[in-house]
Amino acid sequence: MLRVFWCILSRDLTLAMRRRTDVLTTLFFFVIVVSLFPLGVGTESKALQIIGPGVVWVAALLASMLALERLYAADYEDGTLEQMLLTAQPLSLLVLAKIAAHWLLTGLPLVLIAPLVGMQYQLADSAIGIMMLALLVGTPILSLIGSIGAALTLGLRGGGILLSLLILPLYIPVLVYGAGAVEVSQIDLADTQPYFALLGAFLLIALVFAPVASSAALRISLE
Amino acid sequence: MALNWFKFASPATFYPIAGRLIPVFWILTLLLLAIGLYWGFFETASQLGGSNPQKEYYRIIFIHVPSAWMSMWLYIVMVAWAAIGLIFNTRLSFMMANAVAPTGAIFTFLALWTGAFWGRPSWGTYWDWDPRLTSELVLFFMYIGYMALHSAIDDTRRADRASALLAIVGLIMVPVIFWSINCPDPNQCAALHQRSNLTRIDGNILFSMLTMTLAFWMYSFATTFMRLRGIILTREAENTWVQDLLNARGRT
Repeated sequence: MLRVFWCILSRDLTLAMRRRTDVLTTLFFFVIVVSLFPLGVGTESKALQIIGPGVVWVAALLASMLALERLYAADYEDGTLEQMLLTAQPLSLLVLAKIAAHWLLTGLPLVLIAPLVGMQYQLADSAIGIMMLALLVGTPILSLIGSIGAALTLGLRGGGILLSLLILPLYIPVLVYGAGAVEVSQIDLADTQPYFALLGAFLLIALVFAPVASSAALRISLE
Repeated sequence: MALNWFKFASPATFYPIAGRLIPVFWILTLLLLAIGLYWGFFETASQLGGSNPQKEYYRIIFIHVPSAWMSMWLYIVMVAWAAIGLIFNTRLSFMMANAVAPTGAIFTFLALWTGAFWGRPSWGTYWDWDPRLTSELVLFFMYIGYMALHSAIDDTRRADRASALLAIVGLIMVPVIFWSINCPDPNQCAALHQRSNLTRIDGNILFSMLTMTLAFWMYSFATTFMRLRGIILTREAENTWVQDLLNARGRT
């Protein structure tokens, strides 16, 4: 079973590495959106420190949502997805592998670029550390929940805009606690613990249920 | 007497039953509305509270609270029908879920709207990021998402099943969202809504509020069945019983 997981994971990663622009586009989208806010809101460092965590998280939400469309689209078009549905392997495992690959390609880069973005917003070092940690726990949840929406909107006209309508409301808890953790860390570092506990709980729940729900959604879409 | 419930699951059987039930629910709606509104306007105190009383405007409660309750209840009803449809593969349950959604969305909007009008005189603001306001807004988005997904898919079977799954995922998320906006430390963000306690409420107000809730409930039945009949006719247009029905209409 683990072999199937690795097989799909390495396949998706290899495919993405052959077309690196897709990965880089998401990353640069994130950087550009985050860089736009100081220009619109004003560059005073006090204000930036207040809005920083929220802006970074909203940008992460949007970036991961934009990349979601690609999660199943290519496999759907060339028929690979149908073959995956027909295999004897559990579909939710295959889906989990695809989600993991998707997170490695779109979520992890956001975590790694976070320090740079944090500096733009004059965040303290400790706040940047907390932000990276929160993104590390939070972005997989975004990929997991998003995969349900991506599976539901597979092959639809105007799928991208519809996807945002379906998925963004479901992202709210991650946004609240992800941004909350960074905000609280600017006051007292010890206070961030409950936020991380809750984010971790969300991650575990999403890890259990999202692959099952996404595979059910895929079966509905490809019926 | 053993009642075969699956008999009613057939659109052809349920269509005439719904037709006969609609007037009954409309009469109940109007009756309860009349009682609830009369009681709310004439049998309750004209102001509420001690030192800084809420004046006549507190009567918004008779629309606001029932519509907020119905908005949540109808979402549960919608998800229940969607789940039944996914489990038993019955067409009528999906149609039912479909018919409930617009009424639910309207009640959600009504709750938000009346809330804004009530908030202005009592809180001094139309909108605040209070947990209940925010989660009601999210609920509204959920209804919109459900309807948007359903109308975006041309194939009815896929549309039904996909939006049913979305509704179920949404139901799991609603409490999570509510508790997440209701932030962990109550000292940091105070909610403007006070804790509701139905036992401490004045008897006349409670009576009127519950009557209005029942009226809204009956209204939901009536509109849902009307919409359901429309959906049944559209989807079953090719079937012989619909053709027969149309021919019978045409002859008289």
